[in-house]
Amino acid sequence: MIAAAHPIQRPLDARLLVIEQNGAIAHAARSSLADFLQPGDLVIANDAATLPASLHGVHLPSGAPIEVRLAGRSSLAPEDLRFSAVVFGAGDWRTRTEDRPPSPPLAIGDRLALGPLVATVDGVLGHERLVALTFDGPADTVWAGIAQHGRPIQYAYLDRTLALWDVWTPIAALPVAFETPSAGFALDWRFLGTLRGRGVEFATLTLAAGISSTGDPALDARLPLDEPYRVPVNTAAAIRRAKTRGSRIVAVGTTVVRALVHSEGRAGEGVADQRIGAGTRLRVVDAMLSGTHAPDESHYQVLRAFQRDDVLAQAEVALETSNYRTHEFGDSVLMFSQQGSRSAGPVPFATG
Amino acid sequence: MGLALVRELRRRGARVAFVARTRERVDQVVRDHPGTHGIVGDVARKEDIHPIALQISAALGGLDVLVNNASSLGPTPLALLADTECEDFSLALETNVLGPFRLTKALLGALTASAREGRGAVVLNISSDAAINAYAQWGAYGASKAALRHMSAIWGEELAAEGVRFLSPDPGDMDTPLHALAMPGADPATLKRPETAARELADAIAAALVKEPA
Repeated sequence: MIAAAHPIQRPLDARLLVIEQNGAIAHAARSSLADFLQPGDLVIANDAATLPASLHGVHLPSGAPIEVRLAGRSSLAPEDLRFSAVVFGAGDWRTRTEDRPPSPPLAIGDRLALGPLVATVDGVLGHERLVALTFDGPADTVWAGIAQHGRPIQYAYLDRTLALWDVWTPIAALPVAFETPSAGFALDWRFLGTLRGRGVEFATLTLAAGISSTGDPALDARLPLDEPYRVPVNTAAAIRRAKTRGSRIVAVGTTVVRALVHSEGRAGEGVADQRIGAGTRLRVVDAMLSGTHAPDESHYQVLRAFQRDDVLAQAEVALETSNYRTHEFGDSVLMFSQQGSRSAGPVPFATG
Repeated sequence: MGLALVRELRRRGARVAFVARTRERVDQVVRDHPGTHGIVGDVARKEDIHPIALQISAALGGLDVLVNNASSLGPTPLALLADTECEDFSLALETNVLGPFRLTKALLGALTASAREGRGAVVLNISSDAAINAYAQWGAYGASKAALRHMSAIWGEELAAEGVRFLSPDPGDMDTPLHALAMPGADPATLKRPETAARELADAIAAALVKEPA
């Protein structure tokens, strides 16, 4: 695959690899995505807006330059100002994370000056570069500091510095994601109108997508971190309706899969702490639209809940040989689950 | 006008975040109106829009009403179009048209989420009779307000199915700093009080926040 280096959310020539329930693989233009959906299907996307979660500053005890990447939070509440964070040494996104110098050793009580913000290390979370941070000041001041000083987390394959407008999906709402739920880049308002016109329902949930890569094998093995989420009442109702009529539920992105597996489609807030993999039973989700994920990425395990390993291996070959673009600004994959979660089978469309 | 709206919406029990251009002004309004969320920013600056949107959504946990109230007259004192500097016209367009466009776009996810959840969603763009009538010396302002009014109508057309309502009322000639800048000689007694206009606008918002079943 080719790294998508330009931060363009919806390139006109974006492609779509489709993996049918039976494992058959087809190539399509992403602009034809709606053609793969049926009246009654329910599309669910993550409407989390992305925080500028990369904060450059100074480790005050040593005076050393650092980059803090906010990586997690235990709730979506605005007043919850305790973050987990991965800390890097000098440098920025232009250096591959694997090659970044480490931060100085961090200890509980260390103060960090991050632009207009000051944070205190109040926990070391089982790894010397993964810490819990609490910011000084009232919530409005902290959010203002993050909004003004922070930059979107980004990686070395990109060719320019990202702005917030590059990483907010068209449906971005509550700013709680640490990295973009980038499967949502494929959604624009014309597409949502097309869905409506075809009788496909659309709903959202909010999951605070965490950091996807740290460059440190021990840390990467712990990803994804716990992610708080909220499923709105109307979304849960739409899920029940879709299940009742035997329609399919299409998750836009791995984050939606994670929220729907954890919540089992029920309304409310929760913290998704489970890992999704080959053994995960998909009771709610029937299909997933996502980016292209390679076997060495933390998100790849999610694919194994949908399809057999031999099918995924074939898909990987198809993506490679057909030069699909990868990473968050790359092409898309629509994958139907071979689990067939519609155990009841289609039922008549009678109830409204 | 903005201040009167903050007061009126607070009085009606709304949770309110507001934007002003200077830290001093924001701090003063928050001091006078405890519980409001003040944000420093300038909607005329493209770079400020997403930080503003982020702070609004973070402070309120969502958004059901957006009021685009900031206005630039263009040249002050007012000038004939033939005497208007391009830069002054640009500032009027940035403040009165592009700013509301960008902020609405950045907050559309939050607004449509509110609509889907049955809380309704309203964008109120403050208009003017200068958006309709051709007044000499109001060229930059009038043309930009006409664009804002028409943009509101098109937004409303396009987003009706998403459940977002757009309003662009003319609050009338008010006794505000903007009016004083435009017409320094006007007798305040002949002008509408901003508090009266704020009540009318809040009524219009309430009427447009149609509850739909979740």
